[in-house]
Amino acid sequence: MSKTEAFVKLPDRSPPGSSVGAIAWTRQNLFSSATNTLTTILFLYLFYLYLPSFLDWAIFSANISGSDRSICDANKAGACWTFIKVRFDQLLFGLYFAANPEQIWRPTAALSLFALILVPLVIEKTPHKKWLMLFLLTIYPIIFIVLVYGGFFGIPVSNTTQWGGFLLTFALAFVGIILALPLGILLALGRRSEMPIIRALSVTYIEFWRGTPLITILFMASVMLPLFFPSGVEFDKVVRAMIGITLFQSAYTAEAVRGGLQAIDKGQGEASMALGMGYWRRNIFIILPQALKISIPSIVNTFIALFKDTSLVSIIGLLDLLNMSQTASRSLDWNGYDIEGYLFAGFIFWIFCYGMSSYSQSLEKKLDTERRVE
Amino acid sequence: MQVLVLTLVSFFIFSIYQTTVSNLVERGIQTSTSFFDDVAPFKIGFSPFLNFELGKTTYIEVFYIGILNTLLIAILGIFASTVVGFIVGIVRLSPNWLASKCALIYIEIFRNVPLLLQIMFWNFAVFLATLPPPKKSIEFGYIFLNSRGLHTPIPFIEDKSSFNAWVFILLLGVIFCILLSRWAKKNFEQTGIKRPIFIYNLLILSSIGFLSYYLLGGPLEFDVPVLGKFNFKGGGQLPLPLFSLWFALTIYTSAFIAENVRAGISSVSKGQIEAAKSIGLNRSQMINMIIIPQAMRVIIPPTISQFLNLTKNSSLAVAVGYEEIVAVWAGISLNQTGQALIIIAMTIIVYECMSLFTSFILNMYNRKVQITER
Repeated sequence: MSKTEAFVKLPDRSPPGSSVGAIAWTRQNLFSSATNTLTTILFLYLFYLYLPSFLDWAIFSANISGSDRSICDANKAGACWTFIKVRFDQLLFGLYFAANPEQIWRPTAALSLFALILVPLVIEKTPHKKWLMLFLLTIYPIIFIVLVYGGFFGIPVSNTTQWGGFLLTFALAFVGIILALPLGILLALGRRSEMPIIRALSVTYIEFWRGTPLITILFMASVMLPLFFPSGVEFDKVVRAMIGITLFQSAYTAEAVRGGLQAIDKGQGEASMALGMGYWRRNIFIILPQALKISIPSIVNTFIALFKDTSLVSIIGLLDLLNMSQTASRSLDWNGYDIEGYLFAGFIFWIFCYGMSSYSQSLEKKLDTERRVE
Repeated sequence: MQVLVLTLVSFFIFSIYQTTVSNLVERGIQTSTSFFDDVAPFKIGFSPFLNFELGKTTYIEVFYIGILNTLLIAILGIFASTVVGFIVGIVRLSPNWLASKCALIYIEIFRNVPLLLQIMFWNFAVFLATLPPPKKSIEFGYIFLNSRGLHTPIPFIEDKSSFNAWVFILLLGVIFCILLSRWAKKNFEQTGIKRPIFIYNLLILSSIGFLSYYLLGGPLEFDVPVLGKFNFKGGGQLPLPLFSLWFALTIYTSAFIAENVRAGISSVSKGQIEAAKSIGLNRSQMINMIIIPQAMRVIIPPTISQFLNLTKNSSLAVAVGYEEIVAVWAGISLNQTGQALIIIAMTIIVYECMSLFTSFILNMYNRKVQITER
């Protein structure tokens, strides 16, 4: 009987040098074929044409020192970030807080608190997320009003008419989001209700607001809203815009929530009915928690759209971040530096929208497990 | 329950109606459509489809001009953003790392910055500031770009009867090509012989078109813009606000369409491509017969809603002064007449019609796709 040789596993040979490392990566991703190489060369050439001059303008030759326009006027080759530096408070917090620098801690505190709550909410493993969320939607708005509007505890009042800059953009978007969420959930339930009248009403409401551009709604809010209320009731412009934005946003939120509701298995509702739950108990405890979780990405997407759309209030004359940067760059002190103003405002909008969209995309990816083509 | 909601809603609407009526009486505004036939006391600079004459054109004609101008920017924008969007979306999926990342940067920058900001940026900070005066226009052949806008040659019919003959011959050619394709398809199903029928058709149509055009003595003439004392005269003119609006809308919407295209192509499951390869289809067959039909099913519905969004977003023209419906009707006409109720309602109805039309097309498309599904 011959002795069986035991199988001895030899160590893996390392892959050939040409298939790993930086050179291989370059070869595979940039020069894999003739067209690929040509594309690479074309793009590199475009970079060569435009990137250096842009970087030179935006960074290397840019002006940041000084506190008036003389330094920018002397060096036209670079961007004038001095303008942004000098008007920073005004761009972020509006005219009232820029005029009263000792009050700037108020919006700063309010916005920092928001950031402080938001960070753990985005991190996946945070415990008690539900309570944090609830805090953000109910108690935080009160804190925000106390801090930014004032009038309590001896804090001087800053009227909404004096709000401006990023603070106003944030306030408009935030109000739109928290008020539209409950409305939108109710509307989504209404649209899926078995009662024909309620369904018809919800569908009409949703399609009406979705079919009209926000700017028309803002015009309507600023021109027609005063007509709808008895003559004693007066709203200022900011509140009118908030009402218009909320009504508009609720229709979009409703559609996002409806998408989630449709994705829930019918068996869930039937099972809870079999357990003897009524309509509201069924929806609140069984269906909505699941549906809302699925619809978070699309709700976040409607937030992004809303956040960008708040810039439309500049057309009805509110000084939001966009209008503030435009007004500032058209003032006598800084006339002619509007590119810097737009870029700054655009950059702030971009950070928030890009952050939100990356978050919603990562959530979507987690929910989606199918195999796809690369 | 339904009765309760219905009563509440109708009571709400009724009370709003009553306060509105009493408010209107209080302010001395009589709501009526009699102002339609009044002469509009303001000038509209751009109305290529209806003749505008100061002192003659009535309000209702202003309304029509507004609608037509909205449709014009919508059609221009839809065309350009589809082309750009598909190109960027395909580049995004290119195997070239550099090209793909550039497309990604394009998408992420432009869809995450508010459209209004982009419109203002291109119009005020870029085009108005950097484009040369008419005398020093940038020329591309017979196309001129300057700080007043874009000037292009436009064709007009010189000889009506020969033009009609030309159109007739072209129509005959199209019918012939359709018959040819049908025959080729039948023949392919019977014999399996595949002919490059698309190229045949292209050759036939273009040769018929050119030959008959010259035989008929060139029934079309081109009106070329000519530099006058202050600006170009003749030809087609896109005023600068329209041009910047078009530019910004195209860039903004194309970023969304590109994302749709990318998502659509990557939604085709890997198994489909593996199966196509295993039954021996070559690369172009795989793309034409397997990937595109399935990808289009995912790409087209969200792209149609992007077209609607673009149309609604064209209302932001108000910011740069392009004379579409919101600017001339809900803006100037409302300020002039004070008929807020009627004017806003008509504006909303116009947009609701466009939105209903879009959803009608979407539903039709979805139904068609559903039938082919097995």
